[in-house]
Amino acid sequence: MSAAVRLRELTKSYRQVQAVRRVDVSIARGETVALLGPNGAGKSTTIDMLLGLTPPDTGEVELLGRSPREAVDAGLVGAMLQVGDLVRDLTPRELLSTVASLYPEPLRVKDVIQLVGIEGVADRRTQKLSGGESQRVRFALALIGDPQVLVLDEPTAGMDVMSRNAFWLAVRRYAAQGRTVLFATHYLEEAEEFADRVVLMARGDVVADGATSEVRARVGHKTIRATLPGTDVESLLLLPSVLGAENRGSAVRMSTSDSDETLRALLAEYPDVRDIEVTGAGLEEAFLELTEAVPA
Amino acid sequence: MSTWAYTRLELLRTSRNVRFMFFSLGFPLLLYFLIAGPNRHEQSFGDTHIPIPLYFMVTLASFGTMTGMVTTGARIAFERTVGWTRQLRVTPLSAAGYFRAKLITAYSTAVITIVLVYSAGLVLGVSMPAGRWFAMTGLILVGLAPFAALGITLGHLLDSDAVGPAAGGTVSLLAFVSGTWFPIDSDSVLHLFAQWLPSYWLVQASHISLGGAAWGVRGWAVVIGWTAILTATAVAAFRRDTQRV
Repeated sequence: MSAAVRLRELTKSYRQVQAVRRVDVSIARGETVALLGPNGAGKSTTIDMLLGLTPPDTGEVELLGRSPREAVDAGLVGAMLQVGDLVRDLTPRELLSTVASLYPEPLRVKDVIQLVGIEGVADRRTQKLSGGESQRVRFALALIGDPQVLVLDEPTAGMDVMSRNAFWLAVRRYAAQGRTVLFATHYLEEAEEFADRVVLMARGDVVADGATSEVRARVGHKTIRATLPGTDVESLLLLPSVLGAENRGSAVRMSTSDSDETLRALLAEYPDVRDIEVTGAGLEEAFLELTEAVPA
Repeated sequence: MSTWAYTRLELLRTSRNVRFMFFSLGFPLLLYFLIAGPNRHEQSFGDTHIPIPLYFMVTLASFGTMTGMVTTGARIAFERTVGWTRQLRVTPLSAAGYFRAKLITAYSTAVITIVLVYSAGLVLGVSMPAGRWFAMTGLILVGLAPFAALGITLGHLLDSDAVGPAAGGTVSLLAFVSGTWFPIDSDSVLHLFAQWLPSYWLVQASHISLGGAAWGVRGWAVVIGWTAILTATAVAAFRRDTQRV
Protein backbone atom coordinates (compact mmCIF):
# COMPACT_ATOMS: atom_id res chain seq x y z
CA MET A 1 0.00 0.00 0.00
CA SER A 2 1.36 3.43 -0.88
CA ALA A 3 2.29 5.91 1.83
CA ALA A 4 -0.25 8.55 2.80
CA VAL A 5 2.19 11.33 2.01
CA ARG A 6 5.50 11.17 0.24
CA LEU A 7 7.59 14.29 -0.27
CA ARG A 8 10.76 13.71 -2.28
CA GLU A 9 13.55 16.26 -2.34
CA LEU A 10 11.17 19.20 -2.38
CA THR A 11 12.61 22.65 -2.92
CA LYS A 12 10.93 25.98 -3.40
CA SER A 13 12.38 29.47 -3.67
CA TYR A 14 10.66 32.82 -3.75
CA ARG A 15 12.99 35.28 -5.46
CA GLN A 16 16.17 35.19 -3.35
CA VAL A 17 14.71 33.26 -0.44
CA GLN A 18 14.89 29.51 -0.29
CA ALA A 19 11.65 28.77 1.50
CA VAL A 20 12.02 25.01 1.40
CA ARG A 21 15.19 23.02 0.67
CA ARG A 22 15.37 19.31 -0.03
CA VAL A 23 12.49 18.29 2.19
CA ASP A 24 12.18 14.54 2.18
CA VAL A 25 9.40 13.14 4.33
CA SER A 26 7.24 10.08 4.11
CA ILE A 27 4.14 9.59 6.25
CA ALA A 28 2.52 6.19 6.64
CA ARG A 29 -1.25 5.77 6.68
CA GLY A 30 -2.72 6.23 10.10
CA GLU A 31 0.07 8.39 11.46
CA THR A 32 -0.52 11.69 13.22
CA VAL A 33 2.40 13.92 12.42
CA ALA A 34 3.23 17.40 13.65
CA LEU A 35 5.12 19.69 11.34
CA LEU A 36 6.79 21.86 13.92
CA GLY A 37 8.88 24.95 13.50
CA PRO A 38 9.09 28.67 14.10
CA ASN A 39 7.49 31.17 11.70
CA GLY A 40 9.31 31.24 8.39
CA ALA A 41 10.52 27.66 8.75
CA GLY A 42 8.81 26.66 5.50
CA LYS A 43 5.88 24.77 7.03
CA SER A 44 3.14 26.52 5.08
CA THR A 45 5.08 26.37 1.82
CA THR A 46 5.57 22.64 2.35
CA ILE A 47 1.86 22.21 3.00
CA ASP A 48 0.98 24.28 -0.07
CA MET A 49 3.14 21.98 -2.20
CA LEU A 50 1.68 18.94 -0.52
CA LEU A 51 -1.83 20.06 -1.47
CA GLY A 52 -0.88 21.05 -4.99
CA LEU A 53 -1.48 24.76 -4.35
CA THR A 54 2.15 25.60 -5.11
CA PRO A 55 4.25 23.73 -7.63
CA PRO A 56 7.67 22.76 -6.23
CA ASP A 57 10.79 24.01 -8.04
CA THR A 58 12.19 20.51 -7.88
CA GLY A 59 11.08 17.30 -6.25
CA GLU A 60 7.89 15.32 -6.15
CA VAL A 61 4.76 15.05 -4.07
CA GLU A 62 2.62 11.96 -3.78
CA LEU A 63 -0.60 11.75 -1.83
CA LEU A 64 -1.87 8.19 -1.43
CA GLY A 65 0.15 7.24 -4.49
CA ARG A 66 -1.32 9.99 -6.66
CA SER A 67 -0.50 13.55 -7.58
CA PRO A 68 -1.93 16.12 -5.15
CA ARG A 69 -4.47 17.29 -7.73
CA GLU A 70 -5.71 13.77 -8.38
CA ALA A 71 -5.97 13.05 -4.67
CA VAL A 72 -7.89 16.30 -4.07
CA ASP A 73 -10.21 15.68 -7.04
CA ALA A 74 -10.90 12.18 -5.79
CA GLY A 75 -11.99 13.64 -2.46
CA LEU A 76 -9.26 11.87 -0.48
CA VAL A 77 -7.92 15.02 1.15
CA GLY A 78 -9.38 17.54 3.56
CA ALA A 79 -7.49 20.66 4.49
CA MET A 80 -7.70 23.62 6.77
CA LEU A 81 -5.40 26.29 5.43
CA GLN A 82 -3.58 28.84 7.49
CA VAL A 83 -5.19 32.03 6.26
CA GLY A 84 -8.83 31.60 5.75
CA ASP A 85 -12.16 33.13 6.40
CA LEU A 86 -15.60 32.11 5.32
CA VAL A 87 -17.55 33.88 2.62
CA ARG A 88 -20.35 35.97 4.04
CA ASP A 89 -24.14 35.84 3.62
CA LEU A 90 -24.31 32.08 4.11
CA THR A 91 -24.77 29.81 7.11
CA PRO A 92 -22.33 27.10 8.23
CA ARG A 93 -24.97 24.49 7.42
CA GLU A 94 -25.35 25.77 3.84
CA LEU A 95 -21.59 25.87 3.34
CA LEU A 96 -21.18 22.37 4.74
CA SER A 97 -23.94 20.78 2.72
CA THR A 98 -22.63 22.40 -0.47
CA VAL A 99 -19.06 21.30 0.13
CA ALA A 100 -20.33 17.85 1.19
CA SER A 101 -22.04 17.47 -2.17
CA LEU A 102 -18.68 17.91 -3.93
CA TYR A 103 -17.31 14.73 -2.33
CA PRO A 104 -18.10 11.17 -3.35
CA GLU A 105 -18.78 9.86 0.17
CA PRO A 106 -19.22 12.73 2.58
CA LEU A 107 -20.10 12.55 6.25
CA ARG A 108 -23.53 13.67 7.31
CA VAL A 109 -23.73 17.42 7.81
CA LYS A 110 -25.45 17.16 11.16
CA ASP A 111 -22.84 14.71 12.44
CA VAL A 112 -20.00 17.04 11.53
CA ILE A 113 -21.80 20.02 13.05
CA GLN A 114 -22.02 18.04 16.25
CA LEU A 115 -18.46 16.76 16.05
CA VAL A 116 -16.95 20.23 15.89
CA GLY A 117 -19.48 21.66 18.31
CA ILE A 118 -21.21 24.36 16.26
CA GLU A 119 -24.82 23.25 16.82
CA GLY A 120 -25.67 26.65 18.29
CA VAL A 121 -24.48 28.70 15.32
CA ALA A 122 -25.10 26.33 12.39
CA ASP A 123 -27.89 28.52 11.01
CA ARG A 124 -26.36 31.90 11.71
CA ARG A 125 -24.85 33.98 8.90
CA THR A 126 -21.09 33.46 8.71
CA GLN A 127 -20.29 37.14 9.18
CA LYS A 128 -21.85 36.96 12.64
CA LEU A 129 -19.61 34.15 13.94
CA SER A 130 -16.77 34.70 16.37
CA GLY A 131 -13.19 33.95 15.34
CA GLY A 132 -13.19 30.63 17.19
CA GLU A 133 -16.53 29.62 15.69
CA SER A 134 -15.30 30.38 12.17
CA GLN A 135 -12.22 28.27 12.82
CA ARG A 136 -14.42 25.38 13.84
CA VAL A 137 -16.53 25.77 10.72
CA ARG A 138 -13.36 25.68 8.66
CA PHE A 139 -12.35 22.53 10.47
CA ALA A 140 -15.78 21.09 9.71
CA LEU A 141 -15.24 21.95 6.03
CA ALA A 142 -11.98 19.97 6.10
CA LEU A 143 -13.73 16.98 7.68
CA ILE A 144 -16.99 16.92 5.76
CA GLY A 145 -15.64 14.91 2.81
CA ASP A 146 -14.52 12.12 5.15
CA PRO A 147 -10.97 12.37 3.79
CA GLN A 148 -8.23 9.78 4.18
CA VAL A 149 -5.66 12.48 4.77
CA LEU A 150 -6.39 15.52 6.91
CA VAL A 151 -4.02 18.46 6.59
CA LEU A 152 -4.23 21.29 9.10
CA ASP A 153 -2.04 24.37 8.84
CA GLU A 154 -1.79 26.05 12.26
CA PRO A 155 -5.35 25.04 13.02
CA THR A 156 -5.64 26.44 16.52
CA ALA A 157 -4.29 29.92 15.86
CA GLY A 158 -6.95 32.29 17.16
CA MET A 159 -8.87 29.65 19.09
CA ASP A 160 -9.64 30.07 22.77
CA VAL A 161 -8.80 27.30 25.23
CA MET A 162 -12.26 25.73 25.09
CA SER A 163 -12.31 25.65 21.30
CA ARG A 164 -8.81 24.24 21.34
CA ASN A 165 -9.72 21.34 23.59
CA ALA A 166 -12.83 20.53 21.59
CA PHE A 167 -10.80 20.77 18.43
CA TRP A 168 -8.11 18.31 19.52
CA LEU A 169 -10.69 15.92 20.82
CA ALA A 170 -12.29 15.85 17.38
CA VAL A 171 -8.90 15.42 15.67
CA ARG A 172 -8.09 12.49 17.98
CA ARG A 173 -11.39 10.80 17.25
CA TYR A 174 -10.72 11.19 13.59
CA ALA A 175 -7.18 9.83 13.82
CA ALA A 176 -8.49 6.90 15.87
CA GLN A 177 -10.37 5.72 12.76
CA GLY A 178 -7.04 4.99 11.12
CA ARG A 179 -6.89 8.27 9.17
CA THR A 180 -3.72 10.19 8.53
CA VAL A 181 -3.36 13.61 10.10
CA LEU A 182 -0.65 16.14 9.37
CA PHE A 183 -0.73 19.39 11.25
CA ALA A 184 1.61 22.35 11.24
CA THR A 185 2.10 24.20 14.46
CA HIS A 186 4.52 26.35 16.32
CA TYR A 187 3.04 25.28 19.64
CA LEU A 188 5.41 22.74 21.13
CA GLU A 189 2.82 21.44 23.57
CA GLU A 190 0.49 20.58 20.71
CA ALA A 191 3.15 18.57 18.92
CA GLU A 192 4.18 16.87 22.14
CA GLU A 193 0.65 16.05 23.17
CA PHE A 194 -1.12 15.14 19.95
CA ALA A 195 1.43 13.79 17.48
CA ASP A 196 2.98 10.33 17.21
CA ARG A 197 5.78 11.86 15.30
CA VAL A 198 7.39 15.25 14.92
CA VAL A 199 8.96 16.68 11.79
CA LEU A 200 10.92 19.69 12.92
CA MET A 201 11.65 22.36 10.33
CA ALA A 202 13.93 25.37 10.48
CA ARG A 203 14.78 27.76 7.64
CA GLY A 204 13.36 25.44 5.04
CA ASP A 205 15.17 22.31 6.24
CA VAL A 206 13.94 19.30 8.12
CA VAL A 207 16.27 19.33 11.13
CA ALA A 208 14.74 16.41 12.99
CA ASP A 209 12.20 13.76 12.17
CA GLY A 210 11.09 11.01 14.48
CA ALA A 211 8.88 9.94 17.34
CA THR A 212 8.26 12.82 19.71
CA SER A 213 10.34 11.13 22.40
CA GLU A 214 13.17 10.46 19.93
CA VAL A 215 13.35 14.04 18.84
CA ARG A 216 13.62 15.06 22.43
CA ALA A 217 16.28 12.41 23.04
CA ARG A 218 18.28 13.54 20.04
CA VAL A 219 19.32 16.40 22.20
CA GLY A 220 21.25 14.50 24.83
CA HIS A 221 22.03 17.65 26.72
CA LYS A 222 20.97 18.17 30.27
CA THR A 223 20.75 21.20 32.44
CA ILE A 224 22.29 21.40 35.90
CA ARG A 225 21.00 24.03 38.28
CA ALA A 226 22.57 24.62 41.69
CA THR A 227 23.26 27.19 44.38
CA LEU A 228 26.90 28.09 44.44
CA PRO A 229 27.83 31.54 45.75
CA GLY A 230 30.97 33.33 44.62
CA THR A 231 31.80 31.49 41.43
CA ASP A 232 32.36 33.07 38.03
CA VAL A 233 31.16 31.73 34.71
CA GLU A 234 34.70 31.20 33.42
CA SER A 235 35.57 28.65 36.10
CA LEU A 236 32.29 26.80 35.56
CA LEU A 237 33.08 26.51 31.88
CA LEU A 238 36.32 24.72 32.83
CA LEU A 239 34.34 21.81 34.28
CA PRO A 240 34.26 18.73 32.01
CA SER A 241 31.51 18.48 29.34
CA VAL A 242 30.05 21.89 30.15
CA LEU A 243 28.78 23.60 27.02
CA GLY A 244 27.43 26.76 28.51
CA ALA A 245 27.05 28.39 31.89
CA GLU A 246 25.52 31.41 33.54
CA ASN A 247 25.15 32.66 37.07
CA ARG A 248 22.60 34.96 38.62
CA GLY A 249 23.74 35.87 42.12
CA SER A 250 24.33 32.56 43.80
CA ALA A 251 22.24 30.51 41.33
CA VAL A 252 24.20 28.85 38.56
CA ARG A 253 22.94 27.07 35.49
CA MET A 254 25.01 24.91 33.15
CA SER A 255 24.18 22.88 30.10
CA THR A 256 26.23 19.75 29.70
CA SER A 257 26.69 16.95 27.21
CA ASP A 258 27.47 14.49 30.03
CA SER A 259 25.79 15.35 33.29
CA ASP A 260 27.40 12.51 35.29
CA GLU A 261 30.90 13.66 34.48
CA THR A 262 30.12 17.30 35.12
CA LEU A 263 28.44 16.51 38.43
CA ARG A 264 31.38 14.48 39.76
CA ALA A 265 33.78 17.27 38.97
CA LEU A 266 31.41 19.90 40.34
CA LEU A 267 31.08 18.12 43.70
CA ALA A 268 34.82 17.49 43.91
CA GLU A 269 35.81 21.07 43.20
CA TYR A 270 33.03 22.91 45.01
CA PRO A 271 32.15 20.96 48.20
CA ASP A 272 29.77 23.73 49.30
CA VAL A 273 27.49 23.42 46.26
CA ARG A 274 23.80 22.96 47.26
CA ASP A 275 20.32 22.39 45.79
CA ILE A 276 21.56 20.48 42.76
CA GLU A 277 18.93 19.80 40.15
CA VAL A 278 19.45 17.96 36.87
CA THR A 279 16.82 18.20 34.12
CA GLY A 280 16.59 16.70 30.67
CA ALA A 281 15.82 18.87 27.69
CA GLY A 282 12.12 19.14 26.88
CA LEU A 283 10.89 19.51 23.35
CA GLU A 284 11.27 23.21 23.91
CA GLU A 285 15.03 22.88 24.42
CA ALA A 286 15.31 20.37 21.58
CA PHE A 287 13.47 22.84 19.42
CA LEU A 288 15.74 25.77 20.22
CA GLU A 289 18.85 23.67 19.97
CA LEU A 290 18.01 22.11 16.65
CA THR A 291 16.55 25.16 14.99
CA GLU A 292 19.48 27.32 15.95
CA ALA A 293 22.09 24.79 14.86
CA VAL A 294 21.30 25.36 11.19
CA PRO A 295 23.58 27.88 9.53
CA ALA A 296 21.73 30.80 8.01
CA MET B 1 -21.62 14.34 -6.36
CA SER B 2 -23.50 17.36 -7.52
CA THR B 3 -22.09 19.61 -10.17
CA TRP B 4 -24.64 22.33 -9.58
CA ALA B 5 -24.31 22.65 -5.83
CA TYR B 6 -21.75 25.39 -5.96
CA THR B 7 -23.78 27.37 -8.49
CA ARG B 8 -26.78 27.19 -6.17
CA LEU B 9 -24.64 28.42 -3.29
CA GLU B 10 -23.34 31.39 -5.29
CA LEU B 11 -26.85 32.37 -6.38
CA LEU B 12 -28.08 32.14 -2.81
CA ARG B 13 -25.19 34.20 -1.54
CA THR B 14 -25.63 36.89 -4.19
CA SER B 15 -29.36 37.17 -3.63
CA ARG B 16 -28.73 37.74 0.07
CA ASN B 17 -26.33 40.58 -0.53
CA VAL B 18 -28.93 43.33 -0.45
CA ARG B 19 -26.52 46.21 -0.99
CA PHE B 20 -24.96 44.53 -3.99
CA MET B 21 -28.38 43.91 -5.53
CA PHE B 22 -29.59 47.39 -4.72
CA PHE B 23 -26.70 49.17 -6.39
CA SER B 24 -26.27 46.90 -9.37
CA LEU B 25 -29.99 46.95 -10.17
CA GLY B 26 -30.82 50.43 -8.95
CA PHE B 27 -28.18 52.55 -10.66
CA PRO B 28 -29.01 51.70 -14.28
CA LEU B 29 -32.69 52.43 -13.56
CA LEU B 30 -31.97 55.74 -11.90
CA LEU B 31 -29.66 56.86 -14.69
CA TYR B 32 -32.19 55.79 -17.29
CA PHE B 33 -34.98 57.93 -15.86
CA LEU B 34 -32.62 60.87 -15.37
CA ILE B 35 -31.33 60.80 -18.95
CA ALA B 36 -34.24 59.53 -21.01
CA GLY B 37 -37.10 60.88 -18.91
CA PRO B 38 -36.80 64.55 -19.91
CA ASN B 39 -36.27 63.65 -23.62
CA ARG B 40 -38.79 60.88 -23.91
CA HIS B 41 -40.55 62.38 -26.94
CA GLU B 42 -37.38 62.68 -29.05
CA GLN B 43 -37.94 60.25 -31.95
CA SER B 44 -34.39 60.19 -33.31
CA PHE B 45 -31.30 60.47 -31.14
CA GLY B 46 -28.73 62.34 -33.26
CA ASP B 47 -29.08 60.89 -36.75
CA THR B 48 -29.65 57.31 -35.57
CA HIS B 49 -33.40 57.28 -36.19
CA ILE B 50 -33.68 55.58 -32.81
CA PRO B 51 -36.00 57.21 -30.26
CA ILE B 52 -34.22 58.39 -27.11
CA PRO B 53 -36.14 56.13 -24.67
CA LEU B 54 -35.13 53.10 -26.74
CA TYR B 55 -31.54 54.20 -27.31
CA PHE B 56 -30.91 54.77 -23.64
CA MET B 57 -32.85 51.72 -22.62
CA VAL B 58 -30.32 49.65 -24.53
CA THR B 59 -27.28 51.64 -23.46
CA LEU B 60 -28.28 51.43 -19.80
CA ALA B 61 -29.10 47.76 -20.06
CA SER B 62 -25.65 47.37 -21.65
CA PHE B 63 -23.86 49.64 -19.23
CA GLY B 64 -25.60 48.16 -16.19
CA THR B 65 -24.98 44.57 -17.18
CA MET B 66 -21.42 45.28 -18.28
CA THR B 67 -20.77 46.84 -14.88
CA GLY B 68 -22.37 43.85 -13.20
CA MET B 69 -20.22 41.42 -15.15
CA VAL B 70 -16.99 43.21 -14.34
CA THR B 71 -18.04 43.56 -10.71
CA THR B 72 -17.85 39.77 -10.50
CA GLY B 73 -14.12 40.50 -10.39
CA ALA B 74 -14.46 42.47 -7.17
CA ARG B 75 -16.30 39.61 -5.54
CA ILE B 76 -13.64 37.14 -6.66
CA ALA B 77 -10.83 39.38 -5.42
CA PHE B 78 -12.54 39.54 -2.06
CA GLU B 79 -12.93 35.77 -1.88
CA ARG B 80 -9.25 35.42 -2.64
CA THR B 81 -8.30 37.91 0.07
CA VAL B 82 -10.11 35.93 2.74
CA GLY B 83 -8.62 32.67 1.46
CA TRP B 84 -11.89 31.20 0.26
CA THR B 85 -10.63 30.50 -3.26
CA ARG B 86 -7.75 28.46 -1.90
CA GLN B 87 -10.12 26.59 0.37
CA LEU B 88 -12.21 25.67 -2.67
CA ARG B 89 -9.11 24.39 -4.41
CA VAL B 90 -8.58 21.74 -1.79
CA THR B 91 -12.06 20.37 -2.47
CA PRO B 92 -13.02 18.33 -5.53
CA LEU B 93 -14.80 21.36 -7.07
CA SER B 94 -13.70 21.40 -10.72
CA ALA B 95 -12.55 24.50 -12.57
CA ALA B 96 -15.60 24.06 -14.79
CA GLY B 97 -17.89 23.95 -11.76
CA TYR B 98 -16.29 27.10 -10.43
CA PHE B 99 -16.58 29.03 -13.71
CA ARG B 100 -20.14 27.87 -14.21
CA ALA B 101 -21.10 29.22 -10.80
CA LYS B 102 -19.49 32.58 -11.51
CA LEU B 103 -21.01 32.87 -15.00
CA ILE B 104 -24.51 31.83 -14.06
CA THR B 105 -24.55 34.18 -11.09
CA ALA B 106 -23.29 37.08 -13.19
CA TYR B 107 -25.78 36.35 -15.98
CA SER B 108 -28.66 36.03 -13.54
CA THR B 109 -27.96 39.47 -12.17
CA ALA B 110 -27.66 40.74 -15.76
CA VAL B 111 -31.03 39.30 -16.73
CA ILE B 112 -32.72 40.98 -13.78
CA THR B 113 -31.06 44.28 -14.73
CA ILE B 114 -32.27 43.91 -18.31
CA VAL B 115 -35.84 43.12 -17.27
CA LEU B 116 -35.93 46.13 -14.96
CA VAL B 117 -34.53 48.53 -17.54
CA TYR B 118 -36.93 47.17 -20.18
CA SER B 119 -39.83 47.76 -17.82
CA ALA B 120 -38.65 51.31 -17.36
CA GLY B 121 -38.47 51.58 -21.16
CA LEU B 122 -42.06 50.49 -21.47
CA VAL B 123 -43.01 53.16 -18.95
CA LEU B 124 -41.32 55.76 -21.17
CA GLY B 125 -43.17 54.48 -24.24
CA VAL B 126 -40.70 52.13 -25.92
CA SER B 127 -42.45 49.73 -28.24
CA MET B 128 -41.22 47.13 -30.68
CA PRO B 129 -42.48 43.88 -32.20
CA ALA B 130 -41.91 40.96 -29.81
CA GLY B 131 -39.38 39.33 -32.17
CA ARG B 132 -37.13 42.38 -32.01
CA TRP B 133 -37.23 42.46 -28.22
CA PHE B 134 -36.01 38.89 -28.14
CA ALA B 135 -33.39 39.36 -30.84
CA MET B 136 -32.07 42.44 -29.05
CA THR B 137 -31.92 40.67 -25.70
CA GLY B 138 -30.11 37.77 -27.34
CA LEU B 139 -27.48 40.12 -28.75
CA ILE B 140 -26.98 41.81 -25.39
CA LEU B 141 -26.53 38.46 -23.65
CA VAL B 142 -24.01 37.31 -26.23
CA GLY B 143 -22.27 40.68 -26.16
CA LEU B 144 -21.77 40.35 -22.40
CA ALA B 145 -19.66 37.22 -22.70
CA PRO B 146 -16.33 39.06 -23.08
CA PHE B 147 -17.13 41.12 -19.98
CA ALA B 148 -17.93 38.06 -17.91
CA ALA B 149 -14.48 36.74 -18.81
CA LEU B 150 -12.93 40.15 -18.14
CA GLY B 151 -14.45 40.21 -14.66
CA ILE B 152 -13.05 36.80 -13.80
CA THR B 153 -9.64 37.80 -15.18
CA LEU B 154 -9.48 41.00 -13.13
CA GLY B 155 -10.66 39.17 -10.02
CA HIS B 156 -7.85 36.65 -10.20
CA LEU B 157 -5.14 39.11 -11.22
CA LEU B 158 -5.74 42.04 -8.89
CA ASP B 159 -6.09 42.35 -5.16
CA SER B 160 -9.28 43.60 -3.58
CA ASP B 161 -7.99 47.18 -3.24
CA ALA B 162 -7.05 47.53 -6.89
CA VAL B 163 -9.95 45.71 -8.47
CA GLY B 164 -12.58 48.37 -7.68
CA PRO B 165 -10.86 51.25 -9.46
CA ALA B 166 -9.70 48.94 -12.26
CA ALA B 167 -13.19 47.59 -12.92
CA GLY B 168 -14.91 50.97 -12.53
CA GLY B 169 -12.33 52.71 -14.73
CA THR B 170 -12.47 50.08 -17.44
CA VAL B 171 -16.24 50.19 -17.66
CA SER B 172 -16.42 54.00 -17.68
CA LEU B 173 -13.77 54.24 -20.36
CA LEU B 174 -15.37 51.57 -22.51
CA ALA B 175 -18.79 53.14 -22.09
CA PHE B 176 -17.41 56.53 -23.08
CA VAL B 177 -15.76 55.38 -26.32
CA SER B 178 -18.49 52.94 -27.28
CA GLY B 179 -21.42 55.25 -27.84
CA THR B 180 -23.13 54.60 -24.56
CA TRP B 181 -23.86 58.24 -23.77
CA PHE B 182 -23.94 59.67 -27.30
CA PRO B 183 -24.07 58.06 -30.76
CA ILE B 184 -20.68 57.91 -32.44
CA ASP B 185 -20.45 59.72 -35.76
CA SER B 186 -19.81 57.01 -38.34
CA ASP B 187 -16.94 58.86 -40.07
CA SER B 188 -15.10 59.88 -36.90
CA VAL B 189 -11.74 58.52 -35.76
CA LEU B 190 -13.45 57.29 -32.62
CA HIS B 191 -15.75 55.15 -34.74
CA LEU B 192 -12.78 53.43 -36.41
CA PHE B 193 -11.40 52.58 -33.01
CA ALA B 194 -14.67 51.76 -31.28
CA GLN B 195 -15.64 49.15 -33.84
CA TRP B 196 -12.92 46.90 -32.45
CA LEU B 197 -14.40 46.97 -28.97
CA PRO B 198 -17.02 44.50 -27.75
CA SER B 199 -18.75 47.25 -25.78
CA TYR B 200 -19.46 49.15 -29.01
CA TRP B 201 -21.38 46.16 -30.36
CA LEU B 202 -23.22 45.71 -27.12
CA VAL B 203 -24.60 49.24 -27.48
CA GLN B 204 -25.27 48.63 -31.19
CA ALA B 205 -27.85 46.01 -30.19
CA SER B 206 -30.36 48.90 -30.15
CA HIS B 207 -30.17 48.99 -33.96
CA ILE B 208 -32.28 45.83 -33.98
CA SER B 209 -35.23 48.13 -33.39
CA LEU B 210 -34.77 49.55 -36.90
CA GLY B 211 -35.15 46.08 -38.39
CA GLY B 212 -32.42 43.95 -39.89
CA ALA B 213 -29.24 42.74 -38.24
CA ALA B 214 -27.49 44.98 -35.76
CA TRP B 215 -24.06 43.42 -35.87
CA GLY B 216 -22.96 42.09 -39.23
CA VAL B 217 -19.86 39.99 -39.71
CA ARG B 218 -17.50 42.43 -38.07
CA GLY B 219 -19.66 42.70 -34.97
CA TRP B 220 -19.82 38.96 -34.48
CA ALA B 221 -16.12 38.60 -35.17
CA VAL B 222 -15.18 41.27 -32.63
CA VAL B 223 -17.44 39.83 -29.93
CA ILE B 224 -16.34 36.24 -30.51
CA GLY B 225 -12.67 37.25 -30.79
CA TRP B 226 -12.71 39.14 -27.49
CA THR B 227 -14.61 36.36 -25.80
CA ALA B 228 -11.96 33.87 -26.89
CA ILE B 229 -9.06 36.09 -25.80
CA LEU B 230 -10.55 37.04 -22.44
CA THR B 231 -11.69 33.50 -21.69
CA ALA B 232 -8.12 32.34 -22.23
CA THR B 233 -6.81 35.05 -19.89
CA ALA B 234 -9.47 34.20 -17.30
CA VAL B 235 -8.52 30.53 -17.33
CA ALA B 236 -4.81 31.37 -17.18
CA ALA B 237 -5.35 33.85 -14.33
CA PHE B 238 -7.41 31.30 -12.41
CA ARG B 239 -4.80 28.57 -12.91
CA ARG B 240 -1.80 30.56 -11.75
CA ASP B 241 -3.61 32.19 -8.85
CA THR B 242 -2.99 29.61 -6.13
CA GLN B 243 -0.72 31.60 -3.83
CA ARG B 244 -1.61 33.04 -0.49
CA VAL B 245 -2.81 36.61 -0.96
